[in-house]
Amino acid sequence: MDFIFFLEVLAGGLLAGVMYALVALGFVLIYKASGVFNFAQGAMVFFAALTYASLLKLGMPWWGALVATLAVMVVLGVAIERVVLRPLVNQPPITLFMATIGLTFVLEGLSQLVWGTQPHNLELGVSDVPMESLSRATGINISQFELFAAGVAGILVAVLAVFFQYTRVGRALRAVADDHQAALAVGIPLQHIWAIVWAVAGFVALVAGLLWGARTGVQYALTFIALKALPVLILGGFESILGAIVGGLIIGATEKLAEVYLGPMVGGGIESWFAYVVALLFLLVRPEGLFGEKHIDRV
Amino acid sequence: MNRTAISTAALAIAAAGLPAPAGAQMEQFIPANFYWVGPYAASGTGFAAGILDYFAMLNERDKGINGVRLTWEKCETEYNNARGVECYERQKKKGPTGATVMHPLSTGITYSILEKATADKIPVISMGYGRTDASDGRVFPYIFPLITNYWSQNTAKIKFIGQKEGGMDKLKGKKIANLYHDSAYGKETIPVLDVQAKKYGFQVTHIPVPHPGNEQQSQWLQIRQLKPDWVILRGWGVMSPTALKTAARVGYPRDKIIAVWWSGAEEDAIPAGDAAKGYITAGFNLPGTSYPVMQDVLKHVYKKGKGEFEDPSRIGSIYHTRGVVAGIVTTEAIRTAQERFGKGKPITGEQMRWGIENLNITEARLKQLGAVGLMAPLKISCMDHEGGGPVKFLQWDGKAFKPVSDWVPTDQSIVRPMIEASASQYALDNKITPRDCSKEK
Amino acid sequence: MLYREAGQFRSSYAEDQQIFPIRQDRIGIALLLVVAFIVVPLVGNQYWLSAILTPFLILALAALGLNILTGYAGQLSLGTAAFMAVGAFMAYNFVLRMPWLGAIPSFILAGLCAAAVGFVFGLPSLRIKGFYLAVATLACQFFVLWVIQRWGWITNYSTSGVITAQTIVLFGYPIATPAAKYLFTLSIVAVLALAAKNLMRSETGRAFMAVRDMDVAASVIGIPMMKTKLLAFAISSFYCGVAGALYTYTYLGTVEPEAFTLDLSFRVLFMIIIGGIGSILGSFLGAAFITLFPIFLNVFSGWLSHLTGQDISHAVISNLEVIIFGGLIIFFLIVEPNGLARLWQIAKEKLRLWPFPH
Repeated sequence: MDFIFFLEVLAGGLLAGVMYALVALGFVLIYKASGVFNFAQGAMVFFAALTYASLLKLGMPWWGALVATLAVMVVLGVAIERVVLRPLVNQPPITLFMATIGLTFVLEGLSQLVWGTQPHNLELGVSDVPMESLSRATGINISQFELFAAGVAGILVAVLAVFFQYTRVGRALRAVADDHQAALAVGIPLQHIWAIVWAVAGFVALVAGLLWGARTGVQYALTFIALKALPVLILGGFESILGAIVGGLIIGATEKLAEVYLGPMVGGGIESWFAYVVALLFLLVRPEGLFGEKHIDRV
Repeated sequence: MNRTAISTAALAIAAAGLPAPAGAQMEQFIPANFYWVGPYAASGTGFAAGILDYFAMLNERDKGINGVRLTWEKCETEYNNARGVECYERQKKKGPTGATVMHPLSTGITYSILEKATADKIPVISMGYGRTDASDGRVFPYIFPLITNYWSQNTAKIKFIGQKEGGMDKLKGKKIANLYHDSAYGKETIPVLDVQAKKYGFQVTHIPVPHPGNEQQSQWLQIRQLKPDWVILRGWGVMSPTALKTAARVGYPRDKIIAVWWSGAEEDAIPAGDAAKGYITAGFNLPGTSYPVMQDVLKHVYKKGKGEFEDPSRIGSIYHTRGVVAGIVTTEAIRTAQERFGKGKPITGEQMRWGIENLNITEARLKQLGAVGLMAPLKISCMDHEGGGPVKFLQWDGKAFKPVSDWVPTDQSIVRPMIEASASQYALDNKITPRDCSKEK
Repeated sequence: MLYREAGQFRSSYAEDQQIFPIRQDRIGIALLLVVAFIVVPLVGNQYWLSAILTPFLILALAALGLNILTGYAGQLSLGTAAFMAVGAFMAYNFVLRMPWLGAIPSFILAGLCAAAVGFVFGLPSLRIKGFYLAVATLACQFFVLWVIQRWGWITNYSTSGVITAQTIVLFGYPIATPAAKYLFTLSIVAVLALAAKNLMRSETGRAFMAVRDMDVAASVIGIPMMKTKLLAFAISSFYCGVAGALYTYTYLGTVEPEAFTLDLSFRVLFMIIIGGIGSILGSFLGAAFITLFPIFLNVFSGWLSHLTGQDISHAVISNLEVIIFGGLIIFFLIVEPNGLARLWQIAKEKLRLWPFPH
């Protein structure tokens, strides 16, 4: 029984980690292409989920709402790049970071202004109760939804990986991430690239928003997920898509295992800081994260 | 920033500091310091709408209270202590007699303005939340945790569980898990549960959920291992629907989950979808629009387009009727004070304090108000600032909350000694001499 | 014309090294201090004293602390609120358990406790830089709050975890009225601000700035990395701890973990960004902006709805306030990334030439 329980906690942790990774992916995309740490990713997730849920409530069919929300997120992404980031192009990273925090406020206010303050239920048609067959056979409770989320995350990562490796736009993105000046010199249109990146990040936010919204309901607290994605980024490295997934899995698993096994010894509630401490300890050993690029400081 | 912007800003700020122009003298000013943004906005907007709709209804239907119109001004607190204090300071001198009463709608803000309000002689009604030991009116003359405080409602919950189990003696050996929000609010009921566990022989396990609570996988897996007979859900905000969804995911029956009233509103059940079906919540007010008082609100306020809600589906929801109950309590206290200090004149905060302390809403009065069944009768006294109100239990059936019990009285024999001990400790720490209730009129 | 320094000669090193070498500046500061210490308590009404000026001063102190760490020493920190919390809770414990200490020593000890915590959580800065360090300080933020919530001793085993702060007594005089609290806060903030200014002009300050600009080069020329970075953390946390103690005793009146969340850390960070990183004056200007602006928006929107007679739903108004606040931050960052302090500097430079154009 105990080993089965351990497996269950582990499985739950891994799947939670997948959900974190989805949010972290958005961060990675933007950081990879423009060096901006987009703290507003959490608010974007919330905005996407809220838009979708509200459109559904207004009576749109689910595919219509999906397309509409996607369009909105793309437009939002492009607008953010244009209005907020382009004027701040050469500023130090902390200024950009603060600008994205300001952006978080704007998005949160906008979401509640446009769509109201009521929380919504989000049904994706995939049930979130334990699968009978599995629990009878092995005693482990995993729901269809969790497998669905894992599958979606896997597909998303694969699509993004293919996008970055094999398409022209993807290669241009990697060039821009490497060196803006050189990319300009080769003739890559920087502004277009950044707009594309933000649009793709908006799309990733939508996917994350849908999955998280289905899991916990669509309400303001979705914006706090961004905070959970930070340790994932640290572990995986700010610039690596694979790192986001691996980091997410590690953080999710260790966090849940710690809460269940270590938590009761110290009074519980250690989830609030455990992921961060793990990331911190990891940083002391490997400052760039698992798959991050090594930083060379020239004096 | 250019000069004109700065100077306009300076002027506006200066104007904000100036006292409000003396308006009509026949007005009773009540500050509306609630929250319309942020993670708890759904609750804040609901309650605010309820209390302000009720005031508007009285103004429209009865021209106020004995001719004194009710006025209010809104201030956004964002459920934040610092903002709450700032709103309090800004509003407390407005109106011909100053602010009548404060409804902070936040335990943290209640604590922060507790001493200031006592010094400024403005009563604070913390209905169903706030500082529990303020139920002892001898030490806290200006604070009123009306109807039921956290400890009392917890005893009612245990009584209800006892009822469901077939008697309080059947509680022996049972296991109860207390899933609480890891905050000051969440921790309040740990001592009273421990006391009851000792008394009735059940085993209680306290499991904290870190703020904000949108992830409870580990906690619910622990609960699954524990296999408790009942789970008490003490959540707030996103913690509540997440708890219900996660309970469904680990296969814990929802009809064995009993929530606090801050986890038991439509805003908590709807985001959880089907997972919420069957969970039970405690409540001191019932939802619905069939009560005559709610019908009056619809008739005099919403039909005339003065309602607070833009979305009419929210009328009659639990937070809305909770706000209406708050409105009833406030206005009845004003009425009581007017009987003593002069009908047809606005009363001061000090007089309002007397009014609340001598509040007696009987069943007959509830009938006159059109609120029978919406709330239970309430009697406040100098010793008892709570009213010892009973608790009703409601169950979510997927669309609405339906009552599944009668009014369950609280167990003051457990709660009162704890309150008095805590209050006298506070009095000792702060060098306050408790009042002698027998000497007061 | 007004701001000329022609005719002002300095004949000693001390005169040359003053904080305010120009006479007009000295007069200005003296006037400001007179107004702040004497005029304001006399004419200020209670709302302004207790709800606007006192929190402004306290948050300015916290911003000062963060500026020392992030602005001068270049270590990005998001744990400001945690250090404030440590200061607040330790001050409470000192006043509770050792009332014979008195107010000022209690606050100093509380600040030292916060400095110790800052020291410990500053250790990662020896290996980590930039955003990674920011995330490490987030670990501090969450961990400290968790400890405060779990460790019964620190809250004196209160059931709810929200404790009412005692009235502090300064040399036998209780600090209970808004004016007294304001003066107490103002004195502490003035002294600490002076100390910070002098510290930043000294060798320590120069070492901090060297580490900020290029820490590898700094260590090459012989500035000890570990000592400098940890000192920055310690001093900054001391300031934040004292600010936290003030926050409890002279403003909120209660001490609870929920008052010191990540939100507060971000607010203080906003203050130094908008006010100006690496500038003492900037901390004050930023604090003024962030403290006053939401209130101004709130009041202004109330005005607006009175004027137009429209009853706009308050949810709309409140959300607009949030949007405008965020928008203004972005606007500021775009228009003047060096903050309000730079605007002030430009103003002074223009003033030197006025009324001549060049």
